[in-house]
Amino acid sequence: MIIETKELTKNYHHKDGLVVAIKNINLNFEQGDFVTITGPSGSGKTTLLLLLAGLIRPTSGRITFKGYDLHSASDNKLANIRSKHIGFIMQNFSLIPYLSVLNNVLIPLSLNQNGENTKSDYAVHLLESIGLKDRMNHLPKELSAGQQQRVAIARALVNKPNLILADEPTGNLDPALAIEILEVLKQINIENKITIIMVTHSPTASEYGNVRVHIKDGSIII
Amino acid sequence: MKIYKLVLIELWHRKSQLITALLAITLGIGVIVGIRSVAVVSEKAVAVNLDNLGANIMVLPLAASVDNYYSADIDAPTFPEDYVERIATSTLAGVDNMSPKLTRKIKIGETNIVLTGIIPKNELASKPIWQTAGLTGKELQTTCGANPINQSFGYKDEKLQRKAIDSIATDECLIGSNISKKLKLKEKNIVTIQGKNFKVAKVLPETGTVDDDRIFAHLHTVQALLGINGQISAIEIMGCCNAISDGLLSKLRNILPDTKITTINQIVATQIKTNQLMNKISVIFLIIVLFVGGISIGNSIWANVNERKKEIGTLRMIGFTKGKIYEILLLKAAILGIIGGILGYLVGTLSGVVLGPQLAGLNIEPIPIYLPWSILISLFISLCGSLIPAYLAGKIEPYKIMQEA
Repeated sequence: MIIETKELTKNYHHKDGLVVAIKNINLNFEQGDFVTITGPSGSGKTTLLLLLAGLIRPTSGRITFKGYDLHSASDNKLANIRSKHIGFIMQNFSLIPYLSVLNNVLIPLSLNQNGENTKSDYAVHLLESIGLKDRMNHLPKELSAGQQQRVAIARALVNKPNLILADEPTGNLDPALAIEILEVLKQINIENKITIIMVTHSPTASEYGNVRVHIKDGSIII
Repeated sequence: MKIYKLVLIELWHRKSQLITALLAITLGIGVIVGIRSVAVVSEKAVAVNLDNLGANIMVLPLAASVDNYYSADIDAPTFPEDYVERIATSTLAGVDNMSPKLTRKIKIGETNIVLTGIIPKNELASKPIWQTAGLTGKELQTTCGANPINQSFGYKDEKLQRKAIDSIATDECLIGSNISKKLKLKEKNIVTIQGKNFKVAKVLPETGTVDDDRIFAHLHTVQALLGINGQISAIEIMGCCNAISDGLLSKLRNILPDTKITTINQIVATQIKTNQLMNKISVIFLIIVLFVGGISIGNSIWANVNERKKEIGTLRMIGFTKGKIYEILLLKAAILGIIGGILGYLVGTLSGVVLGPQLAGLNIEPIPIYLPWSILISLFISLCGSLIPAYLAGKIEPYKIMQEA
């Protein structure tokens, strides 16, 4: 088991009163699972992803990732866990606009300088594997949306994480490119046994998961 | 990828921000370096002028003023020449040289001149600027007590340096540069003063002082010419600065109780006032630069943070701690500070070197020690100005960028 939640609850204080975003969710995922989380807008999908990433803290309940209790870990410890074990893929790609493709992929390595040359070679290898080696000195704006998302995937993989959290990774792509990205993710999941948790609106994308979670009003329906 | 590389690439990417931030800090540091460079050279120039002026203590008759002495009125009071002997035979330390003088205003034709009787070598020794005219063939230095030549004026016998030395012929005179022009006199010409002919031994170089309007002849000749034998108007003394501080004036007053003993206060005060003014201006500019530079850099970093919110959120998301975000922004500020300090030093120094001779008539030379100081001050300003923006950047929550569509 790589990640587990117990009675996970997240409330927000809003001017109109208390908003329950996540309500008593119990989940556990194994290494190598491809999890898709679906649900209507405002159902709490992204909030759940943030909780699993240790980017926000739950109001109550527990989250355990690789034996770490994310609920009680310090901010620095959480950042350290993210940098070493978790990769992120976002809908808007979240690339650094002034860095080349290669430097964008190398960014997570700036937190861990050991074996930099080896890891740099690995970054080039990743770009080669997603067909962007010849574009590694280009800026993100010089790439298509699909290529930018592939760079984000390479960046998520460069630290050899155990878990990839993807928030609507195909949301900004046309259907053909979306399938292309989903295939890349599926390949990573199978070849590297990396757990992928992907939030999506798309029924097609959700089909890629071997574990499918549907959320409504902060609770798991399926 | 190392953090400094990320910072350098980002700096280069946003060139307009880089230039704006650097401009503020560079100009600020440049102004300080420029003012300080001028101030230092100005202080030196005043000190040199003081040295060239020679005497810094005046012994006058009790009833006289410095104005009386310089105006050389016909009825200006005098005192006995023997007073020179009193000082010479005393054991006072710090009296480097004395020059007894008798001055009177007279006319040669229609031209007013000041006839001044001097003991020649003493007079020459107390006015080093004249040494350049080749009057002694040896340039004297006036650095207080630091130079053996200065202490003995070339005489092996310490007592001799205090004695009046007569080395000008009784029928010779030295003339100031203005008098030379007015009377069209050159060396070896003959000039008649009060019915007596004098040969012009030397035309003195221009000093910009009252000496340019004087004719100098031997004291005893002048005394005889004016009919006031054994009397003098003043004794100019070149006193050692340290000795003056140690109470030389009061010791002189003890030896010559019926005289007025004073320093060249006006000159000294002017020098002190000029130096103080320059120093005050430097401090005022330093404070302004600290505030304006700090605010400018802080504002620039804050604008940078706002522009990079999404990027900072991304970095936090992939594992950058708040400390790493501080490091990125403060490293950027430090780089700006160091470059700004170096550029500021170069701009300030170059401005001084180029504009100094034109605007202030001073030849400004680079002061290398100001380079590390410029960098340190600039670094301090940049880091202080960036502390709050860096702190606020660390508070940017990474999840917010995940919630953006």
